[in-house]
Amino acid sequence: MGCLEPSAGLLPTEVREPVSGQEVVPDRPWVVVVWNDPVNLMSYVTYVFQKLFGYSKEKATRLMLDVHHKGKAVVSSGPREKAELDVFRLHEHGLWATMEHDT
Amino acid sequence: MTPSRLARRADGHFDVDLPPEERSLLRSLPASMRLALTEGTPADDPALARLNPKAYTDNDEFESEYRDLVGNDLDAGRLAALDTLEATADAPTLDEAQLQAWMRAINDTRLLLGTRLGVTEDHAGREVPDDQPDAQAIAVYDYLSWLEEQVVEALSGAL
Repeated sequence: MGCLEPSAGLLPTEVREPVSGQEVVPDRPWVVVVWNDPVNLMSYVTYVFQKLFGYSKEKATRLMLDVHHKGKAVVSSGPREKAELDVFRLHEHGLWATMEHDT
Repeated sequence: MTPSRLARRADGHFDVDLPPEERSLLRSLPASMRLALTEGTPADDPALARLNPKAYTDNDEFESEYRDLVGNDLDAGRLAALDTLEATADAPTLDEAQLQAWMRAINDTRLLLGTRLGVTEDHAGREVPDDQPDAQAIAVYDYLSWLEEQVVEALSGAL
């Protein structure tokens, strides 16, 4: 991700909530993954997560930093139609998003 | 510190304080972007592939169904944003939808330029010699990055 002013170290860190209850369903949910890229600005990616998913600034920032540092982050999940819509909206905003079955 | 080019007003509109040379650059972008978008295809142009990523990387059948569903919507929205930027490049104020269109047009242009230039994550702040063949494109890319930060900041205040 592009960054004009490295300020990541100033951002608050948060503990991730545990993910649970996604093992049993026969129709496994889809997850939407955003991948790191060198062009999209960190501030822009955070803004897009807030705008599209209604996430708090803190949650959106945490997801953005996961994309930036780990190379990708799961940003939403749900049935195939919902995941496809989320992928499309992310593509509209120039983010590199894909979807896959939750594992 | 440079004063911000964009300020959100109490009525939700945005004041745009850009010098003529910056407005001139923004006005010229849509024409070259339209050309770039229609010249090639994602199959033979990595920059167009970047603007049209796959939804499914390991399921050709689902990807094909997704493409049929989405059709031309991605390009249509992209072209509409370019139209808005072109039509409002000289506007003293923008409403939020217009500034959203600016953001999209600016970011799409950065994606195309950035992919063609092969920018990397440590690009920001890098000095580019004036005699480098890509110097002008890099200058445009850097300017748009700088402006986009301000657009994002202004729009974040409207969330």
